[in-house]
Amino acid sequence: MDALIQSKSKARQRLLIEAGIVAAIALLLLFVIPPILVGSGQGFRVNLLGRYLALAIAALGIDLIWGFTGILSLGQGVFFALGGYSLAMFLLLQLPDGQLPDFFSPYGVTELPWLWQPFYSLPFTLFAIVFIPTIVAATLGYLVFRNRIRGVYFSILTQAALIVFFNFFNGQQKLINGTNGLKTDTATIFGQTVSSPPVQAFLYTLTILLLVGGYALSRWLTSGRSGRLLVAVRDDEARMRFSGYDPTMFKVLVFAISAGLAGIAGALYTVQSGIITPQAMNIAFSIEMVIWVAVGGRATIVGAILGTLIVNFAKSILSERFPQFWYFFQGGLFLIVVTVLPGGILGWLREDGVRLVRSQINKRRPLQTYPSLEEDPGVQYERKNLANRESDG
Amino acid sequence: MILGSTAAGSILLKACGSDPSTTASPGASPAASTAASTSASGNTVKVGILHSLSGTMAISEKSVVDAENLAIEEINQAGGVLGKQIEAIIEDGNSDWPTFAEKAKKLIDQDKVATVFGCWTSASRKAVLPVFESKNSLLWYPVQYEGQECSKNVFYTGAAPNQQIEPSVDWLLENKGKEFFLVGSDYVFPRTANTIIKAQLAAKGGKTVGEDYVPLGSTEVKSVIQKIKQALPNGGVIYNSLNGDSNVAFFKELQASGLGPDKYPSMSVSIAEEEVKAIGVDYLQGHYAAWNYFQTVNSPASTKFVEAFKAKYGSDRVVNDPMEAAYIMVYLWKQSVEKAGTYEDLEKVKTAAYGQTFDAPQGKITMNSNHHLSKFVRIGEVGEDSLFKIVYETKEAVKPVPWNQFVTDTKGFACDWSDPAKGGKYKTT
Amino acid sequence: MLSGLLDGIFSGISLGSVLLLAALGLAIVFGLMGVINMAHGELMMLGAYTTYMVQNALKGTPLFGIYIFIALIAAFIVTAIFGLVLERGVIRYLYGRPLETLLATWGVSLILQQLVRSVSWQLVTIVALFCLLFFGAMWIVARRTDFERARGWFLAIMIPLSAAAAIATGNVLGTLYKPAFTKLWFDARNVDVTAPKWLRGGFPIAGTQFSYARIFIIVLTIACVVGVYWFLNNTPWGLRIRAVTQNRTMSACLGIPTKKVDALTFALGSGLAGLAGCAVSLLGSVGPNTGQNYIVDTFMVVVVGGVGKLAGSIIAALAIGTANYLIGSNTLVDLTAPIKPLSDTFAFFSTISMAKVLVFALIIAFLQFRPGGLFPQKGRTVDA
Repeated sequence: MDALIQSKSKARQRLLIEAGIVAAIALLLLFVIPPILVGSGQGFRVNLLGRYLALAIAALGIDLIWGFTGILSLGQGVFFALGGYSLAMFLLLQLPDGQLPDFFSPYGVTELPWLWQPFYSLPFTLFAIVFIPTIVAATLGYLVFRNRIRGVYFSILTQAALIVFFNFFNGQQKLINGTNGLKTDTATIFGQTVSSPPVQAFLYTLTILLLVGGYALSRWLTSGRSGRLLVAVRDDEARMRFSGYDPTMFKVLVFAISAGLAGIAGALYTVQSGIITPQAMNIAFSIEMVIWVAVGGRATIVGAILGTLIVNFAKSILSERFPQFWYFFQGGLFLIVVTVLPGGILGWLREDGVRLVRSQINKRRPLQTYPSLEEDPGVQYERKNLANRESDG
Repeated sequence: MILGSTAAGSILLKACGSDPSTTASPGASPAASTAASTSASGNTVKVGILHSLSGTMAISEKSVVDAENLAIEEINQAGGVLGKQIEAIIEDGNSDWPTFAEKAKKLIDQDKVATVFGCWTSASRKAVLPVFESKNSLLWYPVQYEGQECSKNVFYTGAAPNQQIEPSVDWLLENKGKEFFLVGSDYVFPRTANTIIKAQLAAKGGKTVGEDYVPLGSTEVKSVIQKIKQALPNGGVIYNSLNGDSNVAFFKELQASGLGPDKYPSMSVSIAEEEVKAIGVDYLQGHYAAWNYFQTVNSPASTKFVEAFKAKYGSDRVVNDPMEAAYIMVYLWKQSVEKAGTYEDLEKVKTAAYGQTFDAPQGKITMNSNHHLSKFVRIGEVGEDSLFKIVYETKEAVKPVPWNQFVTDTKGFACDWSDPAKGGKYKTT
Repeated sequence: MLSGLLDGIFSGISLGSVLLLAALGLAIVFGLMGVINMAHGELMMLGAYTTYMVQNALKGTPLFGIYIFIALIAAFIVTAIFGLVLERGVIRYLYGRPLETLLATWGVSLILQQLVRSVSWQLVTIVALFCLLFFGAMWIVARRTDFERARGWFLAIMIPLSAAAAIATGNVLGTLYKPAFTKLWFDARNVDVTAPKWLRGGFPIAGTQFSYARIFIIVLTIACVVGVYWFLNNTPWGLRIRAVTQNRTMSACLGIPTKKVDALTFALGSGLAGLAGCAVSLLGSVGPNTGQNYIVDTFMVVVVGGVGKLAGSIIAALAIGTANYLIGSNTLVDLTAPIKPLSDTFAFFSTISMAKVLVFALIIAFLQFRPGGLFPQKGRTVDA
């Protein structure tokens, strides 16, 4: 009984430490990093950091479905874009009464299409950013998972969905400006231009807060019972089914949550980069999202965030210097992460990194088997305890 | 891997940096000029070059970068601008519009460039436009486009619709037929161009019998051909604003289906010398294209430009209209800066640019106060040698009309930045 | 009306045969290993570039008239060898992990796309030299008994060292033999493949014209399908491939060399991609992005057809091709003209973009009814 209480309070303690670390990193991102970047003449990288943190929210969603649940969705771009378009439509409608967003006029559209009407309202837009992707994902997920389509089939199917949405958004000039996408930079919100520094600073803060929220949500989902269920889906779905669980509902739920996270990410990314186009739904972008998670480390929530930041900054910096090498580098990254580093950076640190440090400070790593019984630390420990007990008794 | 590639990078950097005056190849040139930029100090003017060097659009944009580099090199050899050497900082837009905006911010904020030469697609231009407007910086844009824009922070050196599309439609109506089928890639330029053409045809007694759009990069165009056959059973004019890869499939299919240029002449607005090479001249011979400049233009300036380009990049290369526009815009910027006596005060540079003339390969062009160029209009027919035979050209440069007069929404509007009261869009009547 | 109907049938079959040719190799590989090869499109691109090189090499010689046949053989060999290297170098480490294979092959496809953009003698030298130094050193060191222990250190030292040596040499050679050595072979621009004269133009019937190039592709597709059927059903290796496809473990127990079968199948699938690349170069453009245009469409053919059944892929390809054509052209609009709402709906979808939207939506819907495709694999469930 004592032990139970002790372990519970220990868990609480650990949780507090974790929360402290997260808060510290968030504060660091909020108050320390931007001034440093601005001070060193790299002010535009603050905006980049904000955008990449927004992408990290989408990566969290991918980590949930792919890292933990083992479902590889190659269609996250759809949800990302839906979130982005929702917010962009709202922002473009912040106009004096009776005026239309200016891209309509070349196509001879004089009346606002019905699709746009609800986006006059802010509450609806906020709802839409999260729940339109969620609903789309839940519908698709329910149909697909109910039929027990999984593995590569599911991945291909999400890619088909991506093509459907991409071509639709790309082809509908009169509805949503087709290839050119929606530009949010010059829109105004609460009397301020979206691209103005105060609004961008606010968005940066909001991104960090939402990322922390996303982190907490993912932590909550993946710890305890629900976390074990997700892993069970990944590792042996059939056994889970036989144990009396219905994996379909779990999968739908997780897919929907990841879509919601992608929607939020899309909205935040759009307002910080100033434009959303159907390009957000091209095949490459959605696959890239997966590689962020893979680089950071599958099934480690921190890894998703870390991987996103590392890969994107590498891309930004490498493509400045050697545009022609970026593809080689990115392609190599896919290959290496999959073949040599399946655990990603965090996985490597946990396994080999720890071992490397141990071997440097001359500490033997714990082995599965030992050349002789005497060398097993477990045996030594037990012997010592037995000896103690004997001397006690 | 990370270690390896950084090591690789720095060695490459050194190798190129040791010899910055000669550019190894188009592929290596970005690295070379960045190297030059980091090593050079003091007496230089930094300018940005922002094009896609990777991704789908690299096909077209790489050669524009080549032309810009050529102009910069020529200017530098002639003593530079205001006694300073021009230092180009090349950024890759990656054929991705948000990346264009990101790189534009980087060029302006971090590198503090005097001006930026860049962009190809309208989408990329629209993506960077807010950046240039909010930071009050200057972009030079070298490609023919759909008009309906007139930003005070952009100089457009490509053709406006009235310098390419409208005259070519007039010419077709006069020489080739009244019935038009419009086919284009599915994005803003063809869509807007076709809106203009339809209005123009309606006003001038022509007839649009159909239009169709192909997704960018799609190579399956069979159903378009079928629609053309259905709509024009006895021949007629095909107005083609397809872009990139789709053109190849389109012309191969057109020939295979027996729609030859004798009965189905086509007018293209995105096919220039480079594209003729990539499509294969056997498929294109006898079709038409409308531009402001062809390599075959016979003038001393044109010969000089072609020769200089071939000497720098190889005799198998060709030049085309966007490359010429890119080449002249660097010179126009230099002239404006020299007239203004500064490259830092953009207001002075802009004011100096109005009325600036240049003896361009296409003829004597003038920068107007609406930020567009007066240009010559030409129509060429693809000949056996993969070059264009010029079948029509205007005697004088045509004045640009950015706000289209065939589109109801912009009819009666104009643009004049020399007069603060008028600005980007004012009513003329 | 007759010509319209003929035209429709011909176009549908022709679109379908292009899809089928592109999907054939993918279907075999997917059937055998459950692996989706994202680099399949890029293998097609390699085939198309091979065609371009053969065309240029034979320009002006008497063989030019039949260069396309030589190109077909060359494309098959080049891509098959490349497929073999890919299988031995990457994919064999990933069997049983289909999703990881998907990501790895996507990486390969990115590298290939950039490769054709920036390949030059310089790059070739650097890569060759690196491989020589690195693997040579590994070969020497690997004979020492304590190699396993020092492996990490060996990699950490040798990779940067060989890379540095290779790049330095490449750059020195590059400056010495400037234009020829550093000139890009293809650059980012598209290259032109012009069909020989007898393949251009078309064959006129009943007021319409059948493109020779498309007839050629239909014939080629039929030949490939027949050839693959024959190979799988009448040769010892074909038998082994079928056996491994049906039950890998049991085949291994019975002494079939599954590793060799895997390598062979992958090479065969890649070679077929090369043929497809050669064929599509007659229709469209040849550039770094050529493969990207086909990749998702060919997946759909394989998935709709069902795993491991060529008949399924054939029907799926024809169905998708015909549907794409019928919806994208005006045919359905005209047919349904009497029923106004229906024809309006079809008119809405009758551009190529929107036809794609509808076809892919239909595919997703179809898979709801038949998750295993047209011809699902029989027997106990195969866990993908």
